[in-house]
This record gives sequence, C-alpha cells and structure tokens, in this order.
Amino acid sequence: MAEVTVVEAVNQALNLEMARDARVVVFGEDVGRSGGVFRATDGLYGKFGADRVIDTPLSEGVIAGAAIGLALAGWVPVAEIQFLGFAHNGFNQVVDQLARVRYRSAGRFSAQVTIRAPYGGGVRAPELHSDGFEAHFAHAPGLKVVAPSTPHDTKGLLLASIRDPDPVLFLEPLRGYRQVKGDVPEGDYEVDIGKARIAREGSDVTLIAWSGAVQVALQAAEDAQSQGISVEVVDLRTLVPLDAATLAASVTKTGRAVVLQEAPLTAGFGAEVVATIQEEAFFSLQAPIRRVAAPDVPYPVQMLEEQYVPNAERVLEAIVATTRE
Amino acid sequence: MKEAAPAASVNLDGVASASLPPIVRFLDEDGELLVADLPMSDEMALEGYRVMLKGRRFDERSVSLQRQGRMVTLAPGIGQEAASVGAAMAIDARTDWFVPQYRELAGQLWHGYPLRMAFLWHVGHPVAFQVPGDLKMLPFQAAIAGQLPQAVGLAWGLKLKGDPGVVLAIFGDGGTSQGDFHEAANLAGVMRAPIIFLCQNNGWAISTTVAQQTASETLAQKAVAYGFPGIQCDGNDLFAVYATVREAARRAREGKGPTLVEAMTYRLGLHTTADDPTRYEPREVHDLWVNRDPLRRMQLHLKSRGVADQAALDRIEEEVKDELRVAWEDAQKEPAPDPAFYFGQTHATQSRRLQRQLERFEKHGDG
Repeated sequence: MAEVTVVEAVNQALNLEMARDARVVVFGEDVGRSGGVFRATDGLYGKFGADRVIDTPLSEGVIAGAAIGLALAGWVPVAEIQFLGFAHNGFNQVVDQLARVRYRSAGRFSAQVTIRAPYGGGVRAPELHSDGFEAHFAHAPGLKVVAPSTPHDTKGLLLASIRDPDPVLFLEPLRGYRQVKGDVPEGDYEVDIGKARIAREGSDVTLIAWSGAVQVALQAAEDAQSQGISVEVVDLRTLVPLDAATLAASVTKTGRAVVLQEAPLTAGFGAEVVATIQEEAFFSLQAPIRRVAAPDVPYPVQMLEEQYVPNAERVLEAIVATTRE
Repeated sequence: MKEAAPAASVNLDGVASASLPPIVRFLDEDGELLVADLPMSDEMALEGYRVMLKGRRFDERSVSLQRQGRMVTLAPGIGQEAASVGAAMAIDARTDWFVPQYRELAGQLWHGYPLRMAFLWHVGHPVAFQVPGDLKMLPFQAAIAGQLPQAVGLAWGLKLKGDPGVVLAIFGDGGTSQGDFHEAANLAGVMRAPIIFLCQNNGWAISTTVAQQTASETLAQKAVAYGFPGIQCDGNDLFAVYATVREAARRAREGKGPTLVEAMTYRLGLHTTADDPTRYEPREVHDLWVNRDPLRRMQLHLKSRGVADQAALDRIEEEVKDELRVAWEDAQKEPAPDPAFYFGQTHATQSRRLQRQLERFEKHGDG
C-alpha cells in the first residue's frame, strides 16, 4: 500500500490493464509522447508503444466515434477527452452513438469503451475548461457515468470501467488530481460500478456529493461537527447507475439531506438525487432536502471562480439550516 | 510534396482549384461502351443488374405500402442503384465491412443483408438493426455522417490487428457539410486507415442543392486537404463505380490508406415519403436524369452486347418479383418485438434501477 494522488492512481490502473489485456488501446490528444496534459498517461507510450498509445488529431468527435469502431474491431479503447468542458464537440458520438450501440443493434454489437475526462472547477483553468457537465451525460440511456473522488476509488473504478462490457464515461476530479492523496493497493482490484460509499459516518444529516465536491463535503462535515451536528457524507462514486439503496439507508437513518453539486442548480444531477431520496425515503424526512449548487450562471473566468464554486461555508449553512427545520 | 518556387508577390485571383483525375465512366447514357474493356464478367454484370433491380422494385413496393399506411416513413434509393451495388461488388463480403447511411439498400443486399430484414426496417421493426449473423455491416444510420468516425475507427482497428479487411463507408452530398465527415476524413488520412469513403452525390440533401451545400467545385476534391486521393465516377454506371471502388479497395488493402470516391448520381425518387420534391425540383432536371437511369442504361447495355435479350430480362423481372413477394410474406410472419427484450439490451447486465423500471414498464407499459 502506497500513498498516491488521483492522477497517479489513473496511471496505475492504465499501466496495469494495458499489461494485463493486450486489447487495451489508449488514445486521445497528447496522451502519447507528452504523457497527457496532466500526465495521466505518463510512461505508457514508452512501455506499450505507438500502436497502443496513440496521439490523435484534436477532435473530440472523432476520438469518441473512432472508439466505437475500434471496439467493433475487437480492441478495448480507453479514450481521453482532455477536459469535459470540450466534450460537447463529441456529444453526438458519445450520447447518440456510443451509448446506444448495444441497444440499437439488439445486442449484435457492443462497445466496451471507456472515455476518461477530467472535470470540475477550482483549478484556475482558462474559460470553458471547468464546467460540470455530468448531468448532460447522465441523461443518456446506455452510458454509465462514474465519478470517483479518491485515489483508491479512482484506480478500482477505472479498472472496473475498462472491463465493463458497455461504455463508461469516467469523470476524474480535476481539483483532486494532485491535491487528494490516499493509500492505494499496488495490485489489481476493482471497485463496483453503481455502489456509493459512506465517506464519513454521521447521524443528523446526510450530505451527498461526488467527484471533486466530496472534499468540500468532508470539510463542511468537519465544521458541522464543531457545532454539534453529526453529518454523514455519501460519496456517490457512480452517477449512473445511481445507488438508491445507499441513499435511502442513510437518509432513513438521519432524516435530513443536503445535496452538493458543483454544476449550476437547474436540472443538475443533484435534482435526480433529490427526486430519488423522496421516492425512496420520503417518510423518513424531517425537513425539506436542500441543494447547494453553483448559480445558473456560466462558469466564470479565474477571478470569479472562488465565489462561484460551492465552498464548505455554503454547505455548512445548508446543513445548519436543515437541522432547524 | 514538391516545394513550389516562392513568390515575392501575393496574387490570389485565378488560383486554380484542386486537380483531380478525370471522372470515370464506362458507358454512355444509352449503355454503349466508351472503352474497350469491361472491369467485370458478363455473368457478374448480370448479377449486379439483378440486385439493382431488386433494390428498385423493393423501393417501389415500399413506397406503395407506405402510402397504404403499412410502412413507416422511409427513404427510397431510386436512381442510385448502380452506385451502391457497384461499390458493394468491389469489396469482399467475407473480409470487408459495409457501413451504410440509409439510402444504399441495394448495395447492402449485394453484401448479404436479407431482403426480409429490409422490409422489417420499413415497418419499424427493431430487429432490422440487428445485422444478422456475422455479416460485416453496421446498422442503418440516421445521423448524417455519424457513421463515418466509427467507420474510420473500425478501419484503423482492422489495420492495427493485421486484419485484411477494408471498410466501405457510404454517405451523401449533405454529409460532406458535417463535422463528422471532416473529422473522420482527417483521422483516416493521419492513420492511413483502410477505408473507402463513398459519397453518393445525388444532387439533393432533401431540398438543398450541392451548390448550396458547398463552394467546392467537386466533393471529391475535399480529400486532397486530408492527404489522400479523391475521384469522381459516373454513379449511374455500374462498371464505373465498381472499377473505381475496386481500385480504392486495392489501395486500402495495400496499406496506402483512404480514398474518397464521389459517385455522381441522382435521387430520382423522394428524400423520404414525407417529402414533396415538386416544391423545389426543376422538372427539366428530373427529366434529364430519367434518361440517365442506371437500370435503363444496364438494360440497354446488356441487350446491345447480347448478354441478355428482352426475354431474359423479363425472366429476371419475374424472379425478382417472386423474391420480393416471399420476403414480404416472411417479414409479416416476424413476431412483434418484445419490449422487455429490447429494454434488456440497454446494457449487458441491467442495474437494479433499470430492473425496477422494467418491472413497472411490463406492468403498466410506462417508464
């Protein structure tokens, strides 16, 4: 067991799976010689060669579309979209095409494809690099959406995603890439897709978050503790399929819930979480479920970023407010 | 590339457009041979004609059934049979992949797609998209040019595996305006992917003319920018399409990369059964192309060369008619699709959340 960062965990998983399964090919913009703009694919090119670690033209559409064709030819593609903020250039190929390969061919074809994309704000990236677009993709039947927050889950879920027979959008927490460290087993292990994790146990309020926001949630839970409020933090880890059972069990225990999302409020994935809780645990609720989200304003440039992305202070306010209702 | 001598002044007027090889043509409009040798045997030509005819009669039958309310909105390929069949004949169905858009059914029939399935496509049965057996073909694609990035990935993947197969990807003139076309062509050039881009230039994208679609003199020349050859052929001349695509397939198989073939054809029918070309199509243009009908041209050619007399052609007509009748009868015997089965094809294994939705779906018919 060694302490590694999230981006190192990504690298470990890719190394391991490329060595284990000769069908795995890694491709995308700058993933080869440069090792990726965040070094997620560092060392793979030298180790596995130019046929399996491929720099592609700068086109999210053809990266996603070619992944489908490569899968049909018998490869196991792991494509990188450099920033989720630019994924809409490939939206047609991901949502309209990749997600429904199995369905529309009634099982004749399938696409064992993983699309990795770092996402989320708080790292002072240029305009259009930081948007939290997970909800756009969570609304695409046939596509799994995985969004871990820790190095341990990143490695285990990435291995599970690459091995999943269906397409997975694997969202990596940009803010956590180097900031979040944790113990990661050196060998092979999987974390189940579709299983949430109790990141912190508590009894008064359930706080739900995913990806980079989990760190904010944990900080807010810690702050709430000093005010005598015991917060249970649920790290969703997978958005699609959503682990309704873990959500229901936690809210049944606490009777209160706050949902944290980095993306703008309206029609965000948090709304799906809220709806699921009221379907599964309505009669346990002692207060309305609260959402903490970015405002319905485009993601701003750097000097406005800190005010825009929900912080622990805002989350704490929501926690305190829900306990007074 | 040879470096041009540098110029010390700038003059952009009169810059010549990309140079292309001459358009490929074997037959004139009345089926007379323009060259000494044909690229295929008489037997093969007759078989090609039979499949072209099958495509034509299938489309006519489908439009008629659609007008009776027995079929869904469909896109006939009337007038374009030589383009798709000629291309399909030039690849090897045992090793090569056929990636369609939705107006090349005749070619798909040659490649091995069953006529019964084609009827099921037109009644809206989802089984038509489950390309049967191990037939090397992707399902119909409604998103214009959406199949092209996938076709390039497939071709690139075959090459990486050392597989001898090549990919024939078909699209239309409208498709060349899509980013997916350009992004796919670009990647194909970079990867030297074994793919033939066959653009059926049928003159129309619904009601939009090619001149409204692009300022390029030809569609074939777009290949030049991506570093591979583009070539036009007479898309209503079975031999021209066959010879051109066969040469493109040879290049692909020899590791020389992609080719863009622009088959100059014409949509003699409708965009779809929901379309009314009388609102926009000049009558005289239509009439001009009626004279260039690829079926008529083949009939005149086969007769003038003594490959088939009128009696032989009539016999083929009857055989095709019978085949269509049987296929339509068989299609009607296909059980209605089981909603639960198709529901279950969303993922390899269904999540608890999806299982619960299925339970409700089966009970109430809602989500």
